[in-house]
Amino acid sequence: MSSVTIAVQRLSKTFGQTRVLENVGFDIHAGEMVALIGPSGSGKSTLLRHLVGLTTANRKADSHIRVMGRDIQRSGRLLRGSRTQRCRCGYIFQQFNLVGRLSVLTNVLVGRLGSMPRWRALLGRFSDEERAQARQALARVGLAELAEQRANTLSGGQMQRVAIARVLMQDADIILADEPIASLDPRSAREVMDILQRINREDGRTVLVSLHQVDYARRYCPRAIALKQGRLYYDGRTEGLTEARLQALYENAGFDESRQSAVPVTARVALGAAS
Amino acid sequence: MTATIFTSVDASAKRSWLNLFGWAMALGVLAWAWQGTEMNPGALVANAGNMAELAGDFFPPAFGNLDRYIDQMLVTIQIAIWGTLLAIVLAIPCSLLSSENLVPWWVYQPMRRLMDACRAINELVFAMLFVVAVGLGPFAGTLALFVHTTGVLAKLFSEAVEASEAGPMEGIRVTGAGRMEEIVFGLIPQVLPLWISVSLYRFESNIRSATVLGMVGGGGIGVALWETMRGFQYAETATIMLVIIIAVTVLDMLSQTVRKRFI
Repeated sequence: MSSVTIAVQRLSKTFGQTRVLENVGFDIHAGEMVALIGPSGSGKSTLLRHLVGLTTANRKADSHIRVMGRDIQRSGRLLRGSRTQRCRCGYIFQQFNLVGRLSVLTNVLVGRLGSMPRWRALLGRFSDEERAQARQALARVGLAELAEQRANTLSGGQMQRVAIARVLMQDADIILADEPIASLDPRSAREVMDILQRINREDGRTVLVSLHQVDYARRYCPRAIALKQGRLYYDGRTEGLTEARLQALYENAGFDESRQSAVPVTARVALGAAS
Repeated sequence: MTATIFTSVDASAKRSWLNLFGWAMALGVLAWAWQGTEMNPGALVANAGNMAELAGDFFPPAFGNLDRYIDQMLVTIQIAIWGTLLAIVLAIPCSLLSSENLVPWWVYQPMRRLMDACRAINELVFAMLFVVAVGLGPFAGTLALFVHTTGVLAKLFSEAVEASEAGPMEGIRVTGAGRMEEIVFGLIPQVLPLWISVSLYRFESNIRSATVLGMVGGGGIGVALWETMRGFQYAETATIMLVIIIAVTVLDMLSQTVRKRFI
């Protein structure tokens, strides 16, 4: 089959006394669209942050993370070149993390900073070609007409689409999305997931997306990886997530969690009706 | 039940006692400072005649040398402009290096102490030192303002940096951009409005400070102010004071209108 693009081995992470990740390991192949699910506090965000080196693993454990054939971190130490490696890896946040006072277009252009000559990057001298590419990226997420607006004038769903355009501008082979739809209304959430799916299918980009709601995972992702209390609980086809397994995954989780995911009947009906 | 009532009564009694103690302390400090400053309101009444006579000497103001004073006031403003501008330029890197969300403690601690030192010593003291180094005149005054203002602005700038959101910077970092790009695109847009506003405020107060730099040889209108006062030419002093008041007011108003556009 296709080549392994993300390889995680024996990853453990402790914050103070709390064990957030324990001996997690999996492979993701190029072109896959994988959902990362699990209750709040199960370590989904921490896992994603490790993949781009925003967080480093425990020093003692013999952990190893490879992305696109290059080492990111080994035994909790960032390896040289992990910063340039980030250029090939797009990251989408729950809180969008755009720069509010810059224009939408500049927020997209920023995706190119890492692969530009240093002096042009620091002065913000983007070429006409880059500007045209940024506008194309905005057009793909359906926001071409908002290019000149300040980013903080947009709605949440629009901001997330700008963040996706930034990833497109980066020309990233892998897209990591950390709860990209958790703070969006159902309609914006579907738009964002549709765009991610399109990028996966049309451009062949690998997508790893952490999701709060199992229903979105079922709709969009053929494969799911589930974490429970920092351990790998499930890794396989999304259909394999039976009700019994989900019950076990979300048991002991908070009320909010159980309402949204462990008893997904109502949520699924609502989704089905809306689409 | 009864136990809780007792503890709450206990707690409130304790709180009111602490309250009383706090007030006593505050009054104590005020009395102590009153004594130290040799406060004597009676002297104001007893010497009222002297003061009226002194005030009388200021009127009518003598406008014969007005041209010279206006020229000197312009020099004062020029000192403030360059003193502030140089300070802004140096305060930017210094403030980034004294922000705990950007650099490790062994960088920001020494940098902060250095800026504390610049701030702790008054412009007038720096002016006296620079007069020795570069000679009498406006250049010494400009350097004095520059050093002191750098200390002030670096602190205010870095406070803005520390209050900024981490998210946008992280958003830039994950695109593979370097540390400098992260600051230029993720941080500066967040803090710029505050930085501009603080710099303009500092420019206003530097104009006020620059009017006295001349007293120690730092150039500007302070020279004339000091000479006329020492020569008991109070009518001339009155003119100088009027020039200062008008110039400071006009520039304050100008800078405020500019400042409002950035907030």
